Amino acid sequence: MADPTENRSLTPKERLAIGRVAMPQQDPAARVTNFSEVNLGLEESAAVMEARRCLMCKNRPCVAGCPVGVRIPEFLEQVAQGNFATAAEILYGDNALPAIAGRVCPQERQCEEVCVRGKKGQSVAIGWLERFIADWSAAHGFTAAAAKPAATGYRVAVVGSGPGGLTAAGELAKRGHDVTIFEALHDSGGVLRYGIPEFRLPKRIVDAEVAGLVSLGVKIEFNVVVGKTITVPDMLKDFDACFIANGAGLPVFLNVPGENLKGVYSANEYLTRVNLMGAWKGSQSSTPIARGATAVVFGGGNTAMDSVRTARRLGSQRAVLAYRRGRAEMPARAEEVAHAEEEGIEFMFLVAPVEILGDAQGWVRAVKLQRMELGEPDASGRRRPVVVPGSDFELPAELVIVAVGTKANPLLTRTCPQLALNPWGNIIADENHMTSIPGVFAGGDIVRGGATVILAMGDGKEAAGRIDQYLRQNKTPRR
Amino acid sequence: MFKILSEQEIAPAVHRLVVAAPRIAAARQPGQFVIVRAAEGAERIPLTIADADSAAGTITLIVQAVGDGTRRIIEQARAGSLRDVAGPLGRPTEIERFGNVACVGGGVGTAVLFPLAKALAAAGNAVTAIIGGRSKGLVILHQEMAEFCRQVLVTTEDGSMGIKGFVTAALAELLAAPADSAQRPAAVYAVGPVPMMRAVAEQTRPAGIRTIVSLNPIMVDGTGMCGGCRVTVGGQIRFACVDGPEFDGHAVDYAELSSRQNAYLDPRCKLDEQLAASQKKGSRA
Repeated sequence: MADPTENRSLTPKERLAIGRVAMPQQDPAARVTNFSEVNLGLEESAAVMEARRCLMCKNRPCVAGCPVGVRIPEFLEQVAQGNFATAAEILYGDNALPAIAGRVCPQERQCEEVCVRGKKGQSVAIGWLERFIADWSAAHGFTAAAAKPAATGYRVAVVGSGPGGLTAAGELAKRGHDVTIFEALHDSGGVLRYGIPEFRLPKRIVDAEVAGLVSLGVKIEFNVVVGKTITVPDMLKDFDACFIANGAGLPVFLNVPGENLKGVYSANEYLTRVNLMGAWKGSQSSTPIARGATAVVFGGGNTAMDSVRTARRLGSQRAVLAYRRGRAEMPARAEEVAHAEEEGIEFMFLVAPVEILGDAQGWVRAVKLQRMELGEPDASGRRRPVVVPGSDFELPAELVIVAVGTKANPLLTRTCPQLALNPWGNIIADENHMTSIPGVFAGGDIVRGGATVILAMGDGKEAAGRIDQYLRQNKTPRR
Repeated sequence: MFKILSEQEIAPAVHRLVVAAPRIAAARQPGQFVIVRAAEGAERIPLTIADADSAAGTITLIVQAVGDGTRRIIEQARAGSLRDVAGPLGRPTEIERFGNVACVGGGVGTAVLFPLAKALAAAGNAVTAIIGGRSKGLVILHQEMAEFCRQVLVTTEDGSMGIKGFVTAALAELLAAPADSAQRPAAVYAVGPVPMMRAVAEQTRPAGIRTIVSLNPIMVDGTGMCGGCRVTVGGQIRFACVDGPEFDGHAVDYAELSSRQNAYLDPRCKLDEQLAASQKKGSRA
């Protein structure tokens, strides 16, 4: 156990002398045969040592780099002194779902990217420490919810129980509002449940976070498809405000011939069958999943990475990630790319699909690809891939997964025409996260298009504050 | 939990369930469906809402218990409740006043057809229902249909009830009637096995009679999220759950739909086959 006084006495030079901790992980050969978590988590002593690498710099760029504004140096200082409970209080005060964020945030593009320590060696492993504290809290029965606040008499509806909805619900409940989440599926968590695989985010973590919200008084109603079962105008009769976080919607397909062959999935379908419906459990699940000796996944984001690593675990000896840009342009989290490589995932850069070829029974047998090269930067700032003429080639494959993004789901918005949308069908929200309907707020992917878990959580947190303000200024409590 | 108020076998392996689902009953329109998950760990299965009573807060589902998933629904229903019922999903039928309408139902597809025919009749159309089954015992809802249809024609493959033969033979007679006769339909709705819907669409195509079919591809979430239910209509990918389930019968790619429907008949064998083949070829382990 760390000496509590030792941390203060460390000089910057001593802090700089400590090398970044390595995350203990499951052996790659073993983990491609199971769905257990890859990262095993830091030991207490390793966490303390890692936290001591923080230079406690004055500018604290990491805090500004965090979409939910976690007071990182404060919590690291407590970890460095072995005061895990105090660290947990700080962390949970700023982030309702640290066990999730610590596992799925792209830290290398946020807090860790701007970490001053990173300019002199490697950044502090902030994400791993966040996870460490969250897991320590769970193991030691530490709960963020101290006393239930006095009820305000306001009722708020939240649409969707994904990262945005859960965060907003937690923040609103902490302020004493009566919160009901309406979830379209039969289980909670949204993308955390149906999208992110068990080996990256164990579902017991999602269960625990949701249980925490329920203990705060949040109610969840399943099988309610807002826009179908009830509409937003219906909800406004029973609630004083509402937060829409229904997430990303319809999967985008490649628009190439052969896309509807059997054995070709959207990543959403593939991952939903495996994760939400439990097809990873094999014969114990009633939901079938196609498998193939060779799997090809199109895309370069986290969803593509989750899909290709899942296919590997479900028996594909050759699992290929085909991306039309280069390695540097891949939006996936760096740690997932590294883990995928360790697991024998084959990366094929600068290739694009031309056609998917089938056999006589209508099953996919190969993909036809063409080579690309990088041209001028496009609207996203990334260099636009252009076709290399005459470079077509075939790659045999029995499983193809398309992970090239989603477009806005129209179910909710079709039955709420007053809601202003952008040309892509995403809900327009102002700087207060309020939509064109007073009292109706929105955040996450339905506003942003395809983004990340942590940005949805950031929206949920901020919107909760604005909703609180809106209620107090505009509404009369119900009792 | 969704309480089952009644369960009744109306034909061999075909069950009628009345389910307490007040929100769905209030919101539901003809042509829409629900996704049912019988119990923890069960599959999500799309089922057309055959009828609803918004005052009583109930919906009626008709289930043909032929696979593991549907059998489990009946098992749970007999035990008193279903774990999850989500909906109403899909676009409602666009009900127009056509004049004469033929509603063609094959097998349990008649249950899907029933609410459409009822709504068409309520909108002032003269509805001729053509209901087919393999034999007498498998013809469902003909009496219920007779309550609002101008006529109900029953066909059976073995001739045990009504006209011997397929529904297409009965439809052919209507289509052969003079253009201004009370027999000849201005629109045709067809619901049933894919070969039946395809045959009906081919029958009506030459005369350009508007033909609407209700498709039942494999579905997971039913809310547009997974795209598993995609069908090609007029050369475009459409999702049956959010864009359908009803489409222009003359524009549907039926061959693709049939192929996709049998995707999971035996997936395991296929993997074993592939793995064996690739190991033989000496590809990397």
